[in-house]
Amino acid sequence: MDKAKKEKQLNFRTGLIDGIPIALGYLSVSFGFGILCMRLGLTILQAVGISATNVTSAGQVAGVGIIAAAGTLIEMILTQFVINVRYSLMAISLSQKLDGTFTTPKRLLLSFGITDEIFAVAYSQKSLINTRYMAGLEVISIAGWVLGTLLGASAGSILPESLINAMGLMLYGMFIAIVVPPARKNRGILCASLIAIVCSLVFYYLLPQITSGFSIILCALTASVLCALLFPVKEEEEDEEAVS
Amino acid sequence: MSIVVYIAVMALTTYLIRMIPFTAFRKKIRSRFFRSLLYYVPYAVLSAMTIPAIFYATGDPVTAAVGTVVAIVLAYLDQPLIIVALAASAAAFLAGLIF
Repeated sequence: MDKAKKEKQLNFRTGLIDGIPIALGYLSVSFGFGILCMRLGLTILQAVGISATNVTSAGQVAGVGIIAAAGTLIEMILTQFVINVRYSLMAISLSQKLDGTFTTPKRLLLSFGITDEIFAVAYSQKSLINTRYMAGLEVISIAGWVLGTLLGASAGSILPESLINAMGLMLYGMFIAIVVPPARKNRGILCASLIAIVCSLVFYYLLPQITSGFSIILCALTASVLCALLFPVKEEEEDEEAVS
Repeated sequence: MSIVVYIAVMALTTYLIRMIPFTAFRKKIRSRFFRSLLYYVPYAVLSAMTIPAIFYATGDPVTAAVGTVVAIVLAYLDQPLIIVALAASAAAFLAGLIF
């Protein structure tokens, strides 16, 4: 395994190959996003347009929620910022692993596709990464993301309603699969998750006049600030999570 | 307001969040508090987005609850994302046939 990794060539083709599992995972999840868009009354073109221009599952789900509720643009910007600000951290980490092929125009282009999964795969490479490898990873992953959205949005009018309804759980199932395993091992993450849930329940049932976007921002910040104070992260902890 | 405006604002915000640090930042964030905060944000966001919204995701709280329990159990057993997502939907679908 280690030998193979040392000799591994990083080029467009190996980027595509490493991106296949990401693309397959995205396909099923963005299928769920496509269905969600249909349930909220968006068109197929709008659903596909959102996926092609954003490439971020949690941000998109919150975003279409704001669109459906006719929220404000400020709410949209703040929500996207809070949900996606983790990409800034990933972008900073990744910027230390780039070789000389990453000129400014190429950074402007390839920063578009920094997602949790692409970051994890790129960051876990032994050597510095080049633009061709990064492009391969991004091309196939984004293709999977957009295609899945198209299929999900189209299926909305073909599949029986009982099936479509059940598929509404797919994205949330993925969110659960991201949070539960680390929450099991890390008290800080468990704390952040539980505080956010309690807060979210309070807003939903007791303060329904607060829209979902603001509820997410307030709950996420409250939970993160409290847990950052109670359970400050050690350097090694972060790195473990980043590549797992 | 036009949906295109929402989509454009959403896409631009998301792009800037990725692009600015990728192009400009070269140094690591030193503040332990700030790093911890950013470390917890994704988990807090996903938790707040999932509950209670998941109970209304299928149009029937009973089937949604069944799917939620299945997802939590499988995630606790460290199953891959796709398995958890598909099993949650399958469980809700089957529950819909029974109840």
